[in-house]
Amino acid sequence: MTESPHASTLSAILAHHPATPQALLQILNGIQSHYGHLPATALDALASHLQMPRSQVDAVAAFYAFLDLEPRGEYHLLFADNIIEQMQGSTALLDQLCRELWIEPGKVSEDGLVSVGLTSCIGMGDQGPALLVNQRPLTRLTALRIAEIACRIRDRVPLESWPQEWFAVTDTIQRRDWLLSAPPQPGQALVAVLARDADASLAELRRSGLRGRGGAGYPTADKWAYCRAATGAAHYVVCNADEGEPGTFKDRFLLSHHADLVFEGMTACARLIGAHQGFLYLRGEYRYLSGYLQDVLERRRKQGWLGRNILGCAGFDFDIEIHLGAGAYVCGEESALLESLEGRRGIPRIRPPFPVQRGYLGQPTVINNVETFALACKIMQEGGAAFAACGTAESRGTRLHSVSGDCARPGIYEYPYGVTIAEVLRDCGADDAQAVQVGGPSGVCVAAVEFDRRLAFEDVPTAGAFMVFDHSRDLFEVARNFSHFFAHESCGFCTPCRVGTSLLRDLMDKLHQGLGSATDLAQIEQLDAVLRDTSHCGLGHSACNPVLDTLAKFRPAYQARLAHHDFAPAFDLDAALNAARQLTGRDDAAAHLEQQP
Amino acid sequence: MSDSFTLDGRAIPCAPGQSILQAASAAGVFIPHLCFHPEFRPQGSCKLCTVRASGRLGSACTLPATPGLSVESDTAELNARRRVLLQLLFVEGNHFCPACEKSGDCLLQATAYALKILTPEFVQFYPHRAVDASHPDILLDMNRCILCGLCVEASHRADGKDVFALAGRGLHSHIVVNSASGRLGDSTLTATDRAAHICPVGAILPKRQGFHTPIGERKYDHKTVAEQEIAGESE
Repeated sequence: MTESPHASTLSAILAHHPATPQALLQILNGIQSHYGHLPATALDALASHLQMPRSQVDAVAAFYAFLDLEPRGEYHLLFADNIIEQMQGSTALLDQLCRELWIEPGKVSEDGLVSVGLTSCIGMGDQGPALLVNQRPLTRLTALRIAEIACRIRDRVPLESWPQEWFAVTDTIQRRDWLLSAPPQPGQALVAVLARDADASLAELRRSGLRGRGGAGYPTADKWAYCRAATGAAHYVVCNADEGEPGTFKDRFLLSHHADLVFEGMTACARLIGAHQGFLYLRGEYRYLSGYLQDVLERRRKQGWLGRNILGCAGFDFDIEIHLGAGAYVCGEESALLESLEGRRGIPRIRPPFPVQRGYLGQPTVINNVETFALACKIMQEGGAAFAACGTAESRGTRLHSVSGDCARPGIYEYPYGVTIAEVLRDCGADDAQAVQVGGPSGVCVAAVEFDRRLAFEDVPTAGAFMVFDHSRDLFEVARNFSHFFAHESCGFCTPCRVGTSLLRDLMDKLHQGLGSATDLAQIEQLDAVLRDTSHCGLGHSACNPVLDTLAKFRPAYQARLAHHDFAPAFDLDAALNAARQLTGRDDAAAHLEQQP
Repeated sequence: MSDSFTLDGRAIPCAPGQSILQAASAAGVFIPHLCFHPEFRPQGSCKLCTVRASGRLGSACTLPATPGLSVESDTAELNARRRVLLQLLFVEGNHFCPACEKSGDCLLQATAYALKILTPEFVQFYPHRAVDASHPDILLDMNRCILCGLCVEASHRADGKDVFALAGRGLHSHIVVNSASGRLGDSTLTATDRAAHICPVGAILPKRQGFHTPIGERKYDHKTVAEQEIAGESE
């Protein structure tokens, strides 16, 4: 048998990973970043190395948006396509770049030099328009910058030689409160945890009233206590840094500036539940942070805050590994994240059992959001009383908000729970707000008449995104953007979400094209019901929210698009001739057909 | 008296470890389903068996049959959802019943008739999907695949082969074949494998047998899907 042509490269990548099925996605990420795609021969070699069917390798490779089975351009640019970036002008910039490079979006240039496409929100809403070039973010794009980028690509200038300030990600903290005004010094929380017994630490966590910041708001003390009590061969701590909800970037900020808090919160959790291994699941869009985070981990090992016998305490052994995602929003769902962590497609599991009973590799696992671990760290250090003193009855403490859109001061805002939407709008300089999308596309669209509502679990819950739309915006277009997002991110496991999100997107597009009718609105309502009632996970359940909310609160935006009262066909005779017109180079009147009413 | 729950007002005996769907089938009550098969572990993906169990919606094939539950299944609301789910499956693939060898033996077609679906409602996707005729005994026609995953389960659990896997994401989800070429003819599938006969629709078909049983004498031609499934599962 001949040696695979990829043997030496592959063995270098494999040397970084154990030859276990759990390493599959990490190895695929390594192959992708080396070759710019996944060559078939490398996948063959990988399958035999991991002793798994080639079909299983293919199954995973085809799931993640950042893994390519076909070569892409040497320069691969993906524009963030959230509504916020569209409002910032991303569509025109993409067109400009494609024009200057003589390429079509989604296709590789004939010389293999460049490809340009779209991707979901990359967590840069406060400094967009933004794109990822070979997985590195370029922020604050302008027409001038796009021209400069096109120039460098044509001249084949390596990314390392591009002006490094183009890649700068800056964090603007607009408001500090309990956490950010006095973050604990690294190491202090661990000292405090070792000074108390586990029950006393859990009691402080319970006293704080901390609830998970990922969205569902499960009481953190209960989660940790259940996991501690669950029996298993091993316990695990997982930090969910798959910050995929469009419009959210507060975890990016925490990881960039307060990684110690996050890692220390995880380490404290490990002490309380008896875990020796932790994972930070970092979304592929934040790959640029992984080097920095590895350095922080290495420093913490040297300081005795990770590794064996932490702070000299015999048997307190814990370490953290960074796992990189590859472009899949659904992996923010905790059981899908576990699947991905185990090297499979990110398909949400059937629950129960819940991760605290059977999580990573079937063992008891705590999964919490980045912000939850950071807050838990400070609670461990100073106790739960001060945290519990702010916020509301059901929502104790503070939380971070990622504010973006039509406002003078986008950025990170820390508020106690219970702040009204109007207060946030005033602070961020949004004088003309028409609506706010709280918690991202899966959250709530709040209209101006409701701006006295409070951000809290008991009123308007939020996963951290706060996108502002002024009166120049069309809320139908906002909902249409979100319908595209859900169709793109559906994992495909269950029928309602796999097919329903795409049909919903197509119906929204039909309305957008001015071909809408009352029948279409009725179908949209049917799809909403089936998504809400029969989807397998939260993605499907919430995929209809943007449309339902805007239909209820901004119905005229829909009504204005109904060309006919009863029915209009989706099939557009004239558009169907487009291919023929392109092939023949014709665009005269005789090459067009009029749609018969 | 043994443990029981109620299904549409009727008492259904249940044992620990049973799902609502299993307990209902054992008691002779049919809950529509496509991706469930009594020989394999439930997947809960087609969502046709969605029921309301003590107020909470979920898949009957994965919800445990807990004593005291009050389950609704055959209601106007749930059947309306099921009709939409079936419509979605017809829209997603290319299902031309009159030209399909499986017509009359097809669980999707029979379930659609049972729920009184006679016309398409949503705009068809008409996807481009491949037909793989490379295997001497088995035809693979992806146009009719409903992604139930039963061939994956059967090949893994019954045949110990992993010939099939579910790949991709969202609407691009598809079945892949485990062979270097990706073609069925180069895989280890044989005509006697369980995976070659498990497909509830016409995506995996044995060759040269299409019309051995004439139209009119097929599985669902004289019995409804409910009668047929209950009879089949209690055999």
